Amino acid sequence: MMLTIKDLQASVEEKTIIKGLNLTINPGEVHAIMGPNGAGKSTLGYVLSGREGYEVESGSVEFEKQDLLEMEVDERARAGIFLAFQYPVEIPGVSNMEFMKESVNAARKERGEEPLSAAEFLKTAKAACKQVNLPLDFLKRGVNEGFSGGEKKRNEIMQMILLQPKLCILDESDSGLDIDALKVVADGVNSQRDGKRSFIVVTHYQRLLDYIQPDFVHILADGKIVKSGGPELAKEVETSGYAWLEGHEEASA
Amino acid sequence: MSEQIDQALARKYDAGFVSAIESDTFPIGLDESVIRRISAMKEEPEWMLDWRLQAFRSWQKMKEPDWAHLGYEKVDYQSISYYSAPKSMKDKPQSLAEVDPELLRTYEKLGIPLHEQEMLAGVAVDAVFDSVSVVTTFRAKLEEAGVIFCPISEAIKKYPDLVKKYIGSVVPRSDNFFAALNSAVFTDGSFVYIPKGVRCPMELSTYFRINELNTGQFERTLIIAEEGSHVSYLEGCTAPQRDENQLHAAVVELVALDNAEIKYSTVQNWYPGDENGKGGIYNFVTKRGICETNAKISWTQVETGSAITWKYPSCILRGDNSVGEFYSVALTRGRQQADTGTKMIHLGKNTKSTIISKGISAGNSSNAYRGLVKMGPKADGARNFTECDSLLIGDKSAAHTFPYIESSNPSAIVEHEATTSKVSDDQLFLCQQRGLDTEKAVSMIVNGFCKEVFKELPMEFAVEAGKLLEISLEGSVG
Repeated sequence: MMLTIKDLQASVEEKTIIKGLNLTINPGEVHAIMGPNGAGKSTLGYVLSGREGYEVESGSVEFEKQDLLEMEVDERARAGIFLAFQYPVEIPGVSNMEFMKESVNAARKERGEEPLSAAEFLKTAKAACKQVNLPLDFLKRGVNEGFSGGEKKRNEIMQMILLQPKLCILDESDSGLDIDALKVVADGVNSQRDGKRSFIVVTHYQRLLDYIQPDFVHILADGKIVKSGGPELAKEVETSGYAWLEGHEEASA
Repeated sequence: MSEQIDQALARKYDAGFVSAIESDTFPIGLDESVIRRISAMKEEPEWMLDWRLQAFRSWQKMKEPDWAHLGYEKVDYQSISYYSAPKSMKDKPQSLAEVDPELLRTYEKLGIPLHEQEMLAGVAVDAVFDSVSVVTTFRAKLEEAGVIFCPISEAIKKYPDLVKKYIGSVVPRSDNFFAALNSAVFTDGSFVYIPKGVRCPMELSTYFRINELNTGQFERTLIIAEEGSHVSYLEGCTAPQRDENQLHAAVVELVALDNAEIKYSTVQNWYPGDENGKGGIYNFVTKRGICETNAKISWTQVETGSAITWKYPSCILRGDNSVGEFYSVALTRGRQQADTGTKMIHLGKNTKSTIISKGISAGNSSNAYRGLVKMGPKADGARNFTECDSLLIGDKSAAHTFPYIESSNPSAIVEHEATTSKVSDDQLFLCQQRGLDTEKAVSMIVNGFCKEVFKELPMEFAVEAGKLLEISLEGSVG
């Protein structure tokens, strides 16, 4: 077991958003989390990565036999949790290159490995840059500075490739992308599927899942997983939308 | 988040030690007899003493300025000593071997090796300790190129004509309260002379260190770049950690004759006082340069220290086509206060100036940019570009911008851009999510903010400045 979430309840600004969520993820699995807006999809990503302002009220989260909720944001990141942001923020004046070199070396230090030299890092960074179809000058540009929406998303995937995390959480990495950019993102993710690395793919639409084949699909509504299944569940959502959920809620109430 | 930032910015001052060095220090107090004694100690010619005394008489009639955005208890000028020198300097050492080893150790601790074999490659250093210059390195090599780099006290004796011609020519001795005080009591500082057409073969630098208690440091620097010459000069400053405020009132004068270029960089890290504002250096500095035809003066400053900073390195662009630049990073934290900026006085035709100011305020500090751009009636086609950015860390700090523009020439163009931003939670979260701890994250964001200025520093010092910023930010992040 890589990740075990038990009865998780979490709030933002004193409003409970996640209301008793259970989820287990094994190494190598891809779990898609779908659901209507406001269901708590992004909140789940922030809670798992430890963002301030996201309060865990009850429940537990175990990651690789560690109590994840006891760890700081950066400790979780170095332990192997990666969040690809829905809206990546700009850091003017800090080049992608130095930002990622520091990040990669922080992770290496945690694992007791020697830091990469500038030359070694440049080599891997160039390869990752090519893989997500970004021109090499993006390494020199400020982090997300003046990037288009699609470039930002691809930049996130590049960071994921460089950091080699254990669990990747993709927060609506498909939003605002045209079909070509979507394929690049999906190819990037698929290239990192090695039977050990796990993924949580958060998405509103089924479209992304045509390119990233999930092992499991979960429907999140009002802070709870209301239905789980295989890839076929995503198709069901595509044809019938999320309207049927309201009926479900009434039934469970 | 702001609590975390505050912790990360909690202060650590590495240069805060005191050296156990025997000193000859004047009793506190200031009157004409003190000035006569300083002049006599320095074995100065009569004209220099007269100049000092006239400055002193002007100073006595002047009032300490209070227009700056600074709040502090005024200095009691009668409770400071105006001269302090290491005892061992009495018979001036002829070589490094004769310098008090404790003094050399002090500079070593500060990361400024003065031993010939470990010297910073390609950088000549003048080390000023309290009131005197201790040692100047690489002098022989500079002399080969005709460059003079020596303590100003020595220049007054050896090159009186040059000093007499230029001292006070850029900053008149009664220019302002602090400049007048400095003119009366200055004790040492650096003198640089670059002959016509010479490109100075190495970076020149001076390190200032205040050691003695209750001592003011009043250094005076004069740099003369003859026609078509070029020089890059750097000064660094540190002081021990003391509970008392200490006064530093310097004057720097730059003269760039036709087609000459002077690049003047400062990394100022005087002791800033503790979190509650106890102690720290009062830094009241007048720096000004004059540019003749086609000349260029570029000021770059990284200001992280001092309890109070009052400093406006300026350019008088007298010659046609001359260029003035000002690149500044001022970081305040704890209870530090800075009121700093520049003046660009455009007198000649087609003169150009660029001002890039980056103010960073953390903790309970206050950081003000004050700049004047003046276009004279004959400054046809003159241009200025000003960019003034403030970055706030936490929610208890303040940033202010006071730009003054005076234009008497309709063909002159002045552009001003200003921004204020905060180190956002989103930026911090992104960095942390990529595995960086809070301190690293903040220093990275701040370094990025300052990049435009750091790239103007000489290579060796750009790295130092980045590190200094990182140390200064330690514990200030929340």
